[in-house]
Amino acid sequence: MSRITTRFSTRNVLLSSLFALAFLVVNTRAIAQHETKHEHSTGAEHIKAEVEHLDSTIVEEAEHIGEAAIGHHETKEEKFNTSEVIMEHIADGHDWHLWGHTSIHLPVILYTDKGIEMFSSGKFNHGHDAYIGTHHTYKLEHDKVKVLIADGQIDEAASASVLDFSITKNVASMMVSMVFLCLIFFSVASSYKKRGIGAPKGLQSWLEPIIIFVRDEIARPNLGEKYAKFMPYLLTVFFFIWMNNVLGLVPFFPGGANVTGNIAVTLVLALATFIITILNGTKTYWSHVFTPHVPLWLYPLMIPVEIIGLFTKPFALMIRLFANITAGHILVLSLVCLIFIFKSMAVATVSVPFVVFISVIEMLVAFIQAFIFTILSALYIGMALEKPSEDAHH
Amino acid sequence: MDLVTPSIGLVFWSTISFLVLFFLLTKFAWKPITAALQEREDSIDEALKAAENARKQMEKLTADNEKLLNQARAERDAMLKDANDMKESIIAQAKKSAAEEGNKMIANAKASIEQEKVAAMNELKTQVALISVDMAEKILRKKMEDRTQQEAFVNENLKSISLN
Repeated sequence: MSRITTRFSTRNVLLSSLFALAFLVVNTRAIAQHETKHEHSTGAEHIKAEVEHLDSTIVEEAEHIGEAAIGHHETKEEKFNTSEVIMEHIADGHDWHLWGHTSIHLPVILYTDKGIEMFSSGKFNHGHDAYIGTHHTYKLEHDKVKVLIADGQIDEAASASVLDFSITKNVASMMVSMVFLCLIFFSVASSYKKRGIGAPKGLQSWLEPIIIFVRDEIARPNLGEKYAKFMPYLLTVFFFIWMNNVLGLVPFFPGGANVTGNIAVTLVLALATFIITILNGTKTYWSHVFTPHVPLWLYPLMIPVEIIGLFTKPFALMIRLFANITAGHILVLSLVCLIFIFKSMAVATVSVPFVVFISVIEMLVAFIQAFIFTILSALYIGMALEKPSEDAHH
Repeated sequence: MDLVTPSIGLVFWSTISFLVLFFLLTKFAWKPITAALQEREDSIDEALKAAENARKQMEKLTADNEKLLNQARAERDAMLKDANDMKESIIAQAKKSAAEEGNKMIANAKASIEQEKVAAMNELKTQVALISVDMAEKILRKKMEDRTQQEAFVNENLKSISLN
């Protein structure tokens, strides 16, 4: 296990350094400009200024990219803010962009202090307009719903009290992947019902090795006898992550969202593993935490370390998946952005093959990260299932 | 920092989605699929075991056959040996009794030959005596044809007889 982790972490380091390099190259100009512009501002002021600056440019930038992509390159040229573009792509959103100026306006659901508000995100007109709801007036800022007060200023206190339960791009994408997963596996299950113990065929024969792989390589070695109880969870997690990873790599409609690269999603997944671990912890497992096999005077040190250890495992799960997928997206986007930074189609001859190359690697990463998340979940659950008999040689 | 700040909405919907997906897939996909896989593996196991059993049975049968065959062979050999022995003993018996019979016959023959021989000898003796007497008579008749010779003979014999 440790070997696998080391190998993958080496890969991660490699990938992130590559990403860092590309990102650095890409951002040098933009950052330099920012630095000179806000040289004297500090702290909150600096951030506020930057936010305002970005706010004013983002809409134009987005339009520029769209136009550049379809060949209407205008001479009225603003500098190209790469980080803004990339962040916009990997972040969640209230619109699901289809093509050109067409997007799906996803529903906005707000839980405010005065009640629930529901309206289409189309009302925001891509952040250009404010929407006057029943309780407040809302405006999108950086794809976040903010409450406006009478004079058009943002009321930060009121904005903080409004909880955004909107069906965002990630939620919608997640639901699409759920539908895909259900369709795929219901059909596979029906094939099993139809064929009984006969040889698998079609989709069934594609997915059966993977299901058996999850069972024989992930569940059984880590969970032992009781593996069957956790198979549904491990299979769901594995295919959910894999499907969303792959959908995230598809640059157009059914994909394009960065679901597994969003920390909220990985948080929920890691939390699920954490809760299962906690609920299935045996007496032996807890005794390792609260009565470790160390001299008594080390207890004040060891018990906190063990307790922290309980949380670092799911935390690492959360960060690993989030960082890997986000890094992949950023890398691909950075390579694409090179074309717009240099404003030359010639760069495409270099960056497009690179994008293809990285995308292929990302296909692998999509599988590997699903596998790692699942195998580590199984490992943690397996540790919680430890039997007292094994305690003898500890 | 937006990137690493989980938004409440997405946490909420992820939880709901994941739970729904988990229950749907567990009920309608994973349970039937894993059960079917298990069933198939069990049936393969069973088939392999049955094949192994059949193989063992076959081996046992072959071994039994071999044993029976060996037994039959041994029995046949024993019977042959018995027959041979019996033959030999019968022959020996026959030889022995034949020899006895022969000896007896020879002895009988010898005894009768002896008897015949004695009878023949006796006969011969009688004949010889008769012939001798006959011849002596003939010789005497011839010799005693004249009177002088008769007188000479008588005288001679008379001389040899001493009258004391």
